[in-house]
Order: sequence, then C-alpha cells, then structure tokens
Amino acid sequence: MEQKTVTRADISEVIYKEVGLSRNESSDLLEMLLDEITVSLAKKETVKISSFGTFSVREKNLRMGRNPKTGEEVPILPRSVLSFKPSQILKDRINGKVSKG
Amino acid sequence: MIRSELIIRLAELNPHLYQRDIECIVNTVFNEITDALTRGARVELRGFGAFSVKKRDARQGRNPRTGKTVHVEAKVVSVFKAGKKLREKVNS
Repeated sequence: MEQKTVTRADISEVIYKEVGLSRNESSDLLEMLLDEITVSLAKKETVKISSFGTFSVREKNLRMGRNPKTGEEVPILPRSVLSFKPSQILKDRINGKVSKG
Repeated sequence: MIRSELIIRLAELNPHLYQRDIECIVNTVFNEITDALTRGARVELRGFGAFSVKKRDARQGRNPRTGKTVHVEAKVVSVFKAGKKLREKVNS
C-alpha cells in the first residue's frame, strides 16, 4: 500500500490539465485556496467543505505536563489546536464503500 | 466558511476567471486529496498540513447505552496534521 506522496505540484498539474489555466496560474490558485482556508481558521472560523470534511479550531486549557526526560513538571499553556473531521462521504470512500462520485 | 463561500472568495480575487472554472478548481483540489487517500497515499501540503490514512484493526466495542458488546470492523481512517505555518497562524 506504499504510495507516492501527493504534493502541491501534483494537484496543480491536475488543475492545469482539467481547467486549462497556465501551470503558474494553476499553482497560484491552489495557493490562494489554501490561504483562504488558513485566514478563516486564523479567525477561529470553522471551514466546512461539503463531501470532504470540516476543519475547526479547538481551544485547549492550561494543564500541567511533565518533561519526560527530567520528570520536571511544566505548565502547558492554553492554546488553539486544529482538528479535521472527515465527512461521511470521505470516510466511506477511503473504506472502499462507494464509487467515485 | 463553507465550500460555496470559498468559491465566492476565490472568484473575487480572480475577476478574470469564470466562476465555473473556480468551482472546477476547488472541486479538483478536494477530489485529488480524496483520490490520493483512497489509494492509501499521503498528501503533503507544506505549511498547510498533511493528510494521511491509518488502518484500525477490528475490535470488540461496547454500546455505551446498553453496555452490550459489539464487533467493530477493521477500517481505514483519515488523519490531518496541521503544518507549522498553519499551526502558528491559528495560535497567534
């Protein structure tokens, strides 16, 4: 099941082929799309892409952690973490339950 | 933000493109990620994050309401790990 990792270059190549923009513009558009999602998440907004999944920001409270090497107690400061919840369609697809839709 | 709002935002930034082309681009991006995960491949978008899949073995679960033991089938789950830049933006 070892597969080649898909990168920006692969995705913009598909945009180039399917939409007919130049290669440069295809990669610019992919970058803009990722930027828009980033900007929304930075504002703590939830980003919901139907049939793909939902990105959301969760707030974590302060808690005590431990440095595993020294055993010393250190506070883990309150922070925001990102979570991604795949949609039912994505879950089904990666489990081979439905054909390409 | 939902998919259609993302399309509108990108259309505003690219007035020279047809909205249906923008729609096609947005669909292509998420379809490509989905297809890669379906093949078991990892998708790495530096700065943004990485999508990958993990196998979960079959296990005995429990219905939390009735306490009854149920068999949970082996399955594949998708995982997203936010990239450094995205993590920093969300935390600033």
